[in-house]
Amino acid sequence: MQEIHASQVRPPFYRDERVLGIFSQLLVVIIVVGLGLFFYNNMITGLREKHNIAITFSFLTQTAGFDIGESLIEYSRERTYLRAFVVGLLNTFQVAVLGIIFATALGIFVGVMRLSTNFLVSKIAAVYIDIFRNIPLLVLLIFWAQGVFLKLPRVADAIVLGDAVYLSNRGVAIPWGIPTESWSTYLIILGAGIVVGAGLAYFLREQGKRTGRMPLVTLWFIVTVAAVGLIGWIVLPQPMTLDVPILEGFNTQGGKILSQQFMALLSGLIIYTAAFIAEVVRAGIQSVSKGQREAATALGLTAAQTLRLIIFPQALRVIIPPLTSQYLNLTKNSSLAIAIGYPDLFAVAGNTILNQTGREIEMFTMIMGTYLSLSLLTSLLMNIYNRRIRLVER
Amino acid sequence: MSENTAADEIIICQDVCKWFGDFQALKNCSLRVQAQEVVVIIGPSGSGKSTFIRCINRLEEHQAGDIIVDGIPLTRDVRNIEQIRSETGMVFQQFNLFPHLTVLENITLAPIQVRKMKKDEAMETAMGLLNRVGIPEQADKYPGQLSGGQQQRVAIARSLAMSPKIMLFDEPTSALDPEMIKEVLDVMQELAETGMTMLVVTHEMGFAREVADRIVFMDGGEIMEVGTPEHFFTNAQHERTKLFLSQIL
Repeated sequence: MQEIHASQVRPPFYRDERVLGIFSQLLVVIIVVGLGLFFYNNMITGLREKHNIAITFSFLTQTAGFDIGESLIEYSRERTYLRAFVVGLLNTFQVAVLGIIFATALGIFVGVMRLSTNFLVSKIAAVYIDIFRNIPLLVLLIFWAQGVFLKLPRVADAIVLGDAVYLSNRGVAIPWGIPTESWSTYLIILGAGIVVGAGLAYFLREQGKRTGRMPLVTLWFIVTVAAVGLIGWIVLPQPMTLDVPILEGFNTQGGKILSQQFMALLSGLIIYTAAFIAEVVRAGIQSVSKGQREAATALGLTAAQTLRLIIFPQALRVIIPPLTSQYLNLTKNSSLAIAIGYPDLFAVAGNTILNQTGREIEMFTMIMGTYLSLSLLTSLLMNIYNRRIRLVER
Repeated sequence: MSENTAADEIIICQDVCKWFGDFQALKNCSLRVQAQEVVVIIGPSGSGKSTFIRCINRLEEHQAGDIIVDGIPLTRDVRNIEQIRSETGMVFQQFNLFPHLTVLENITLAPIQVRKMKKDEAMETAMGLLNRVGIPEQADKYPGQLSGGQQQRVAIARSLAMSPKIMLFDEPTSALDPEMIKEVLDVMQELAETGMTMLVVTHEMGFAREVADRIVFMDGGEIMEVGTPEHFFTNAQHERTKLFLSQIL
């Protein structure tokens, strides 16, 4: 009988598939690290020898000395550069979070409209998408700022909605709550309400798993929390007073003022990004094969049941990755705020702080690092969600 | 209704016509199916076989003629459409199982959502059906983890879970590997023996010869010839039927 020992024959190393694989990877790592080191060294040496500058972040503790138009935390020109940086970051964060929420809602709405069999509804959505997807965002933002919010009447002639909301060229003044002494007690009651609601939701979910008909868990959760919140509100002596803006002389007093820059940036980002999200949603729904809808229909499911139980769960796995990209785009695009004077991260750090301190390398490291972290965080959350809804295959 | 028609005529199609744009897919198709009868529809591809049975549960809308299913006229009335759909099950060429649900969830979905059945009850029925189609051990797997033949048997179980009076089969074995065709045909044959009314579009002549009570030959959107298997395979009248049979046998 002939001996077979093909597996024991080793090829020369330069033809060995495994060796070649490892070697090529090593080569890439060496080149990348080497290049990085070279450029870093080059920069440090250049800075030291030509300009006598060392890289340091100590300037961050110095007094900023400039004002910022709006801030979510307490800030004044006596505070440090670091504090100013955080103010910018929070402003960016605020616009990004609100933008993502509203753009998603509007995007899904327009995307589903686009697929409507009703000619008019579908065409309205199509026109919306085609207009806003094809205008540069910068142009849109400046249009909203210059063409809409700045063109609102002066405060004295402000457009008043329901005696509570004032639209003027300074922005939008809306009623806002002011906490009183019992506010902290109220928060505890509300916390208890959330715990009760979560417990109920858990119970309902378990029951739903048993009976197979999932009740509207989220709705019941919201109802419970709202009910507890309402009871607390009635029982406690005014945990929060509602501060309604009123017109006094040439300005509004009280309430909360959403600046025209903020409103312009937010509106622009939402309307622009929603157009893209609408297309993402449409593509996702259309990616589900026609057979799925037919099978559901043949089984007697209604159109709404089919959309909720069959189409949407399957569309989601196509929607999520490009939707994540849109969220990242929205967050990064918010740096265009600088063009309309909203003090976001880039406007504060990349413009004002940088101009005052001349610390380009440090500031840009911080700015890029911050945007990168925000984006990676968003991606991470979305990827976790995406993994949860992935299809099981062989 | 049933007084007007012969008591056991469960599907009545009279001069059914259907156009896709300018193309006429069905031309005055008339067919009466008795309860518990197995009717196999054969014909070259593009002859309107699938379109015809898809009209019966309104996956396609017919534009002229009458369709009456179990005494219920199929009109634009959504209540009638719902009733007819709840009495007819359908099995597709591409299985069309829901890939995001397990086998068991695929089968229990419609009974729970449409029939408002309790989950325990629905699961029990589903397990019974899985036993019947011979794959109870696959209950917790996802469709993507099953072979084509297994998927099609799940699809049959899913339709049966709604306890339909009529089963429509749209080329149920055409997307299967040859060695899996038999397992699906066996399930169908067994179903026929229990007295289910079945309308089957297929190219499986062996099945047609053995299981069918009647065979319908369609060509160019028309029903050319209707008869017993014996009649068809020994004594076909129409030239085109003979030509088709000579090509396929």
